[in-house]
Amino acid sequence: MRAVDAIMECLKAEGVEHVFGLPGGANLPTYDALYDAGLRHIQCRHEQGAGHAAEGYAKASGRVGVALATSGPGATNLVTAIADAVMDSVPTVFITGQVRTDLLGTDGFQEADVTGITLPIVKHSIMIRDPDEIPVAIHEAFHIARTGRPGPVLVDIPQDLSKADIKYEPVDTLDLPGYQPTTEGNAKQIKLAAKALANARRPVIYAGGGVVNANASKELVELCTSDRFPVTCTLMGLGAFPAPHEQWLGMLGMHGTRAANYSMDEADLIIAIGARFDDRITGKLSEFAPRAKFIHIDVDPAEISKNVAAHIPIVGDAKAILPKLTIEYRALKADSGRLDGWWQRIDGWREKYPLAYEDSADAEIKPQRMIEALYEVTGGDAIVTSDVGQHQMWTAQYFHFDGPRKWINSGGLGTMGFGLPAAMGAKVACPDANVVCVAGDGSVAMNIQELATCVTENIPIKVFIMNNGYLGMVRQWQELFWDRRYSSVDMGSSPDWVKLAEAYGATGLRAEDKGELTDVMKTAMETDGPVVCDVRVTPEENCYPMIPAGQAARDMVG
Amino acid sequence: MGEPATPELLNLDDLRESGSGRTGRKHILSLLVENKPGVLARIAGLFARRGFNIDSLAVGPTDDATISRLTLTVDGATHPIDQVTKQLHKLINVIKIRDLEPDEAVARELALFKITVDGDSRAQIMQFAEIFRGKIVDVHKRSLTVEVTGNDDKIEAFEEMVRPFGLIEMVRTGEIAVSRGKGTT
Repeated sequence: MRAVDAIMECLKAEGVEHVFGLPGGANLPTYDALYDAGLRHIQCRHEQGAGHAAEGYAKASGRVGVALATSGPGATNLVTAIADAVMDSVPTVFITGQVRTDLLGTDGFQEADVTGITLPIVKHSIMIRDPDEIPVAIHEAFHIARTGRPGPVLVDIPQDLSKADIKYEPVDTLDLPGYQPTTEGNAKQIKLAAKALANARRPVIYAGGGVVNANASKELVELCTSDRFPVTCTLMGLGAFPAPHEQWLGMLGMHGTRAANYSMDEADLIIAIGARFDDRITGKLSEFAPRAKFIHIDVDPAEISKNVAAHIPIVGDAKAILPKLTIEYRALKADSGRLDGWWQRIDGWREKYPLAYEDSADAEIKPQRMIEALYEVTGGDAIVTSDVGQHQMWTAQYFHFDGPRKWINSGGLGTMGFGLPAAMGAKVACPDANVVCVAGDGSVAMNIQELATCVTENIPIKVFIMNNGYLGMVRQWQELFWDRRYSSVDMGSSPDWVKLAEAYGATGLRAEDKGELTDVMKTAMETDGPVVCDVRVTPEENCYPMIPAGQAARDMVG
Repeated sequence: MGEPATPELLNLDDLRESGSGRTGRKHILSLLVENKPGVLARIAGLFARRGFNIDSLAVGPTDDATISRLTLTVDGATHPIDQVTKQLHKLINVIKIRDLEPDEAVARELALFKITVDGDSRAQIMQFAEIFRGKIVDVHKRSLTVEVTGNDDKIEAFEEMVRPFGLIEMVRTGEIAVSRGKGTT
């Protein structure tokens, strides 16, 4: 059997049904095998789009996303998606073609050392040297991508080796002596954590994307509601705890709520679960949660005490640990009344500083209103992807995610142009779900070519462009911290998004008046096929509240 | 004392931070890694991007052809060793890491010193070499090359002794180490 045919067998054995990618010279053999392999291949217009689509697919479904690319530029076009996947721990496998082995190292046509280029941004990578290694390498890639702390794995296959004849036997065991993720969590530490919780008077549960990755939302809710523990989530964790819940404080961090950030500031005990104390959460590290002791639960031991020293570290999978912690805590029968004072304080903040904005006096659509309208129109029943910037933060604030895997965005890397291809991937993974992309007029242009993929492959996503004519978040920073010197943030003459959508064969809609907003959005949701909806919003609206970079929670403005 | 409903008391103030900050001493990290292409690049790249400095690095085969031994020395005064080892552990090809305590390990390094000599200094340097249990491995009318083995303190002491004579070159292997006693490193 040709090695490439063996790859198809391996993909099927891994349960792969969909792959995203683009053919080229060095992966011609792979595409020949794909021709009648029985997998659905979504032919993207750019490898970056394929990469983000694989991420969106993985984030929406929890399954491993797969993207294929050819050597050289095909592979380097994947780099942003790979870096994005490592930052946000997205289980993905990237299979790239490489030049023939006799050309390796000679600067051959379309040769790029993609394993070298991606070394710092992969969970693991495998450069194939012997065609007989290929089946094991593919299975190793999937195993490593999906277990432990998930992440991207790259398999680079020289063209001649991919064509080689090999003896294919299904692979049932893997030998990875250096890879044994801890999952269960140390029982003594869990007991100690329960005891600390029972003795805390001002606890906060701080949950991140790791809870979503671990499919541990239910377990998180159980723990949080085993008493009246206040809960906040990171940008990546939104939906892990239902936003409508009374114990929900809102998102924390740079554009989080005051209730969440002030609670962290005054907490005596913080339970971090699948979160990594990113600088957008902590602000000024030396003033972060100065009164708190930390319980840190994470499957990646290197995250523990990396940025903030943990007092009770627990390494393992949240899904395994949280139920044990809940049982241990319940057994202590702690007096819930000890939290009364804490809730009074928190409720004071919630009352005094609700998330709010001043609506326009005229027909102008405020960006916050746009997100509220989208929430109303969809009833919250949608998978929402976004690009990066103001629109992302407003979506995080005003779309009240009530379940996991409904909010798909680029948190760690902050990749503009992520949203549209991610929505495409999410829709392929979840064809029955409403999949909506909230984009900025700056970022949507970065992968707009994937509209052609959506039209060709019949992937009916709904893209809502929050069009303010600016690179809004950069403009906001220039306004606030750079003396209003608006340097290269005016988008000038952007395309007519309605006509552009139509040129691609999608439906284009526009909303300019707040009176028509919900109707236009409803039409967008009800129209078959891909839709682009250009929503004209206030050009210079700032996203608040905000902790200015490098400052502390107490310094929140707006 | 305390609330009756919370039977097991724990004063949060008694909790201590886990994980080490700076230890303030030199660490010898002995790694077993899969003998595969690119493993060294992964380790070197990891140190570079995380801002860790490698003081010395020695790589060699083990009794198992599929596994190599890497010995790294890292300064615990400037690095959180705990974080260094945890990051190394994340590399799939790294099988085992042992942070050797100085008094639980035997560490050795080999160094070659090429030293300028004249009629008078030749004998003196040969004498130093003898004191340090070094070996003269090359003789030239204007130079001597001495091989010295030992831990880094010894190598550095020898360097100090011969430097005034005119040290043309010094080449060091970096330390390798093995744990004391019967157990494996």
